[in-house]
Amino acid sequence: MSSSDSADQRDSDSETAGDSEYVDEWSIRRIVRTMIPLLAALSVLQLVSGTVLETYEETLVANPALLVLVPVQIGTAGNLASITCSRLTTQLYLGTYELSASNPDLRANVGAVFALAGTVFGAVGVAAWGIGAALGGTLGLGRVLLVSLVSGLLLAVLVVVASVAAVEMSYRVGLNPDDTTIPVVTNLCDVAGVLILFAVVSAVV
Amino acid sequence: MPGHDTARDVYRQALPVILISLVAGLFSGTILGSETMRAGISEVPGLLLLLPAFLATRGGVYGSLGARLSTGLHQGLIEPRFRLDRRLRNAILASFINGMTVSVFIAAITYLWLRLFGNEGNLIELVGIMVVAGFLSAVLMISVLIAVIFIGYRRGLDPDNVIGPVVTTLGDVFGIFFLLVGIYVVGAVL
Repeated sequence: MSSSDSADQRDSDSETAGDSEYVDEWSIRRIVRTMIPLLAALSVLQLVSGTVLETYEETLVANPALLVLVPVQIGTAGNLASITCSRLTTQLYLGTYELSASNPDLRANVGAVFALAGTVFGAVGVAAWGIGAALGGTLGLGRVLLVSLVSGLLLAVLVVVASVAAVEMSYRVGLNPDDTTIPVVTNLCDVAGVLILFAVVSAVV
Repeated sequence: MPGHDTARDVYRQALPVILISLVAGLFSGTILGSETMRAGISEVPGLLLLLPAFLATRGGVYGSLGARLSTGLHQGLIEPRFRLDRRLRNAILASFINGMTVSVFIAAITYLWLRLFGNEGNLIELVGIMVVAGFLSAVLMISVLIAVIFIGYRRGLDPDNVIGPVVTTLGDVFGIFFLLVGIYVVGAVL
């Protein structure tokens, strides 16, 4: 892999910042034309989530804890994905990013994602159980916590893999990763979040 | 130094915002399960179907606006001041255009999806709801995002660590709320 070549390119990209070629990155037409096809395609993808939600409507209504879990689970996955992508992109522009298990910045990103996922999805499980119980749900704390943690950690794996893949690919194709990675990865994690959640739900509940 | 934080630094900076967003997520989950929202869902065919797409595009459009501004700040291309230079104005206008276009598109594909599977649907009703909800989201998201990024950056916070949670939190809570407003407005007009 020509990692030194691409590092040089990244350096020269930031050196030319400010001249006419780079300013083009900030034209309305360019931003809109980069994003609209992506957003359109991803909206179609989100209909899959919508369909899954509709399919499980009865299970959701019967177990309020799971209903509460849905937006939180999706939102947190999106948060983690957004932090990871945004950091990777900035590191790419600053020239400190490299796809390598020994890259300290990459390791810091991955470590933080798993630590955050463990903390947050634990808290989410307890909270969703509490609210669900208040709304008359019958699911036990152990089950809700298990659903939340297992699906949450599976999502963290997906967040890391998808973020790195998206940054690498959009850089290689020549698209600005700021415009492309966050929509792609957060949408993927949203859809996968619903699928993973309901896969775990049907295994546990 | 930006881009050189340890896992602990990232964790410590991101956790408070993520926890706030978690509380907001639980809040929007509770709104979603509320009596009023469920009534809206049963009255307007396709609402549950478009919900994930609508919420997700808020993240896509305004998350990338945030990431763009963050990278611009780090590179020194834009300054953390509330003054409309060309780059800042373009970024804002482009995200507004993107947000509105995609909202209308979602209404259209939801309608097509409904018809494809033999269900009833009202195109004008869906488009109307999405235009209202999309416009209100755009105004709110752009204002809050710029305020948070600039003020945070001036106080030494790395915007990369806070954009995502801010966007998804506001996007979800206000997205669901503005969807309700849209249902109400369109119901009153039609």
